[in-house]
Amino acid sequence: MDVEILARIQFAFTIMFHYIYPPLSIGLGLLLVIMEGVYMKTGDEAYHRMARFWTKMFAVTFAIGVATGIVMEFEFGTNWATYSRYVGDVFGSALAAEGVFAFFLESGFLALLLFGWERISPRLHYFSTIMVCLGAHFSAIWIIVANSWMQTPAGYHIVGEGLGARAEITDFWAMVFNPSSVERLLHTVVAAWLTGAFLVISVSAYYLLKKRHKTFAVNSLRIALIVAAVSVLLQAVLGDMSARGVAKNQPMKLAAMEGIYETQKGAPLVLFGIPDSESASVKNEIAIPKLLSFLSFRDLNAEVKGLNEVPRKDWPNVMAVFTTYRLMLLMWVLMVLVVASAWWKWKKGTLLESKGLLRFMIVSVLFPQIANQTGWIAAEMGRYPWIVQDLLRISEGLSKSVTAQQVLGSLIMFTTVYLFLFLMFLYLFNEKIKHGPDEPEEETPYHGLHSLVGGIGND
Amino acid sequence: MTEIYTLEFSWFLIFVVLLTGFSILDGFDLGVGIFHLFSKSDEERRLMLNTIGPVWDGNEVWLVTAGGALFAGFPDVYATLCSAFYIPIMLLLAGLIFRAVAIEFRSKQPMAWWRWMWDLLFSGASLVIALGLGLVMGNLIEGIPLDNQKEFTGDFVDLLHPYAFLVGILVVALFSMHGVIYVLMKTEGALHDKMREWVNPAIILFIMMYAFTTVTTLIYFPHMADAIKERPVFLIFAFLNMLAIANIPREIHHNRDGRAFLSSCMNIACLMALFGIGTFPNVIRASNDPELLSMTIWNSASSSKTLWILHLIAAIGIPVVLAYTIAIYYIFRGKVRLDSTSY
Repeated sequence: MDVEILARIQFAFTIMFHYIYPPLSIGLGLLLVIMEGVYMKTGDEAYHRMARFWTKMFAVTFAIGVATGIVMEFEFGTNWATYSRYVGDVFGSALAAEGVFAFFLESGFLALLLFGWERISPRLHYFSTIMVCLGAHFSAIWIIVANSWMQTPAGYHIVGEGLGARAEITDFWAMVFNPSSVERLLHTVVAAWLTGAFLVISVSAYYLLKKRHKTFAVNSLRIALIVAAVSVLLQAVLGDMSARGVAKNQPMKLAAMEGIYETQKGAPLVLFGIPDSESASVKNEIAIPKLLSFLSFRDLNAEVKGLNEVPRKDWPNVMAVFTTYRLMLLMWVLMVLVVASAWWKWKKGTLLESKGLLRFMIVSVLFPQIANQTGWIAAEMGRYPWIVQDLLRISEGLSKSVTAQQVLGSLIMFTTVYLFLFLMFLYLFNEKIKHGPDEPEEETPYHGLHSLVGGIGND
Repeated sequence: MTEIYTLEFSWFLIFVVLLTGFSILDGFDLGVGIFHLFSKSDEERRLMLNTIGPVWDGNEVWLVTAGGALFAGFPDVYATLCSAFYIPIMLLLAGLIFRAVAIEFRSKQPMAWWRWMWDLLFSGASLVIALGLGLVMGNLIEGIPLDNQKEFTGDFVDLLHPYAFLVGILVVALFSMHGVIYVLMKTEGALHDKMREWVNPAIILFIMMYAFTTVTTLIYFPHMADAIKERPVFLIFAFLNMLAIANIPREIHHNRDGRAFLSSCMNIACLMALFGIGTFPNVIRASNDPELLSMTIWNSASSSKTLWILHLIAAIGIPVVLAYTIAIYYIFRGKVRLDSTSY
């Protein structure tokens, strides 16, 4: 295999593994602010214990998120040196801003969040929780601004020629508010809220099914369901915004997402089908006439560009983009289903007896995770062959001095390390969930933090 | 001669300051990791781990931000550095992953095998990180072969020469000493007494490595002294460095651990300053043709527009960061005791 494909696999693998964790941190961060906020307002100890329990979960996801995130930062330079030279002037400032505004904030106040329960006043602790949540959100802002710039470059000009060419910034705010950054940022952040909310839904449902920690589970579930309901509705609007943005700014990505091979007026929306790039058609399709044109441009007869506009070698992998995009949409439908049925049973007062629904809710932790992964695959693979849309090809962005053996070696290393890490993460997460929140009768001044940082030997 | 006091220069200064911040702060975390296994009892290990407990994560961010600052301000340097030092950086990243996870996971289960496994990983990772950083610095002093496209033309084996390892060992010795002094400052009782026994060998080891590396550098890489010959005022850093090192055993003798730690910080800051002065204006020296092919802060920088934006970001962000970092260190001041909030 050549360097290009190995480097792409490595980037895809490390970013996908990394991306399990930051959405959890962002989503849990928001939930922690709400939980501790309820405690601050009502003084109800139950919410205090709840915040402490979810803080433990937050700590584990955060640690792995940071560790795997550093890899991403340096991978730009190790594997994609030419890309780094090309975009550094534009992309780098967003990354530097992320370090200064987001990471310091997050890691600094996390210390107070974890170790500060007994050292600082509840108000200052709540302030720290808000800062950690803000930091997590800030980090999303800058990295998505940078990624959106790769989708829809703006506020730059090209300096130099040939090998020495690079993008230089001309207008910082035009770069930050490039055509796709706002809608993609909102779409991603709300997806992260869903990720956090469905983790809480899942763990709460597990306790309800096992009939343990009932009050805790019901209270957690209430908060998580509200966040999930709001987010899932918001996501309908934001997803639509994002898709229309893609239609306008990256027509070839839309064509791959929807399996449109020929430019056409009044394009249909394919619900199901198997895209086949060999024959340039979608097999076994079930389609609704004119709907794609309407959804994309709010006009039944609008023209939708097809892949025939660009040479065959520049087509994205239509099968992959088409399928992952649909999987993401399916996940949204499943999430709506979970929220709606849980809500309905809750109102009827029969949620605790609905074993099937509770089991479905336990599994639901995977839905936003799968949606996150597939959505990003569609977004990134849909940009093929460009690393920066219409400016720099993926094949041109590689490191010139790096060999295939080196990339393969590090890929094997990351695969091993991440597999080990993932198993450890699942083990520890599982232990924590089984251990559960501390019940009030066991409460001592220090109790809530025992298994968080003290270890079982300390209990 | 180019005008020196430019945006490039000032951003390079900020980058060096970030790197110095990282070396001082994460330096003691790494030091604690390096000698972690020397301590045999679980309680001592936990105590040492908890001296860095609330702060190591934030300390690591200095490296992340320094990386971002390099990428943004000197994208060419960042690109060449990362792709040339591919394998060391990959090992460094693996080290950072294992260290983070080991600290977080170690004390969460009571089994001996579980704790030993993470202890080994924690210590090994800290050693690899320190050694790797030193290896990169040693190579930056000596220089690496570059072509006229600023691409590295050597291979991995070229990076593994004795001088680079010498600097690597110096960094390990430096961080170990720094870490022992930090633990000395943060503990009391039996562990404190033990650290008092450890601190002298650590200081002696560091001074030996320091002297030997300095002599070797001056013999083989005399360009490191050029800037000082040109502007003797920089000798002040070498002098301050000597004072700082000499002051460490003195303060420890008088039981002033805090001041000894400050001297150790001063020592690191001076070393970084001397490194920066010695290599300036090169960031990556081309060993094959230093005059023509070296990557300097002038020929590898971003546009002045970007440098302006970066200065603005730093001017807004860094004071705030410093304020709450100091506040957090203040909140967690004093001696460490094991309680329920500990690792």
